[in-house]
Amino acid sequence: MAINFQNALGIHPKALEVRVQRAEIMANNLANADTPGFKARDVDFRAMLGEQMDNGAKQPLSMQRTDRQHIAMDIASDASLLYRTPTQPSVDGNTVDTQKELAEFTKNVLDYQASFQFLNSKFKSLSKAIKGE
Amino acid sequence: MSLDRIFDIAGSGMSAQSIRLNATASNIANADSAASSTDSVYRARKPIFAAIEQQAMQQVFKSDNNQEASKGVQVKGIVESDAALDMRYQPDHPLADEQGYVMYPNVNVVEEMADMLSASRSFQTNVDVMDAAKTMMQRILTLGQ
Repeated sequence: MAINFQNALGIHPKALEVRVQRAEIMANNLANADTPGFKARDVDFRAMLGEQMDNGAKQPLSMQRTDRQHIAMDIASDASLLYRTPTQPSVDGNTVDTQKELAEFTKNVLDYQASFQFLNSKFKSLSKAIKGE
Repeated sequence: MSLDRIFDIAGSGMSAQSIRLNATASNIANADSAASSTDSVYRARKPIFAAIEQQAMQQVFKSDNNQEASKGVQVKGIVESDAALDMRYQPDHPLADEQGYVMYPNVNVVEEMADMLSASRSFQTNVDVMDAAKTMMQRILTLGQ
């Protein structure tokens, strides 16, 4: 059985990527905490991770661009990006709850660090195996 | 999607909040600037925030328009408040008109103070987000060590 990175690292690189994407969406929620009519968003983590894992196996519907002027048209099934259910929506239509969002963001950062730790130890064990320690 | 987009998003938030803080400072500073006519009197200024959406062309060809989150916040413009002006009867004032009235701005100082607190809190939140993104980025640089 050949050793390859895909098998050795497992789910962790993808998980790390999804954590970063989730952090970006929440950073956007927090930046728009005072924007009238803005709807807070979040991802379904399981669905998004599943999507990331599947991506290698089956490509999403995409079109070939044969000219520089063609418009990118990826029909990616990005169904995991959802809207948050507001607990107390404000009069201006904004549904960002800054405290809740910040708590989720911090939690996401910690989960990111956990994923990072796992990935790092995978690399460490690989280099140990290579060196024969 | 990468970590440095978080810097852009948090940066746009900080810039928008500082514009809001700027407008508030201007409003409070001019709260008592008297004038003799309705045209020349200072009016409270309010910034209008809007989310930065994806490029229109890209959005049209997405399978669903709502599939991409927006990319930060922008200030669409600054509008002057339509609230009623404060007319005070001060016949001895050098700027008083024929009837003895002086125009004062429609700035509500209490409202402005609340706005100031809200803006500075939101600014802090964006700073926290940027700090977290920085930590995450520094962390990734230590991968394999």
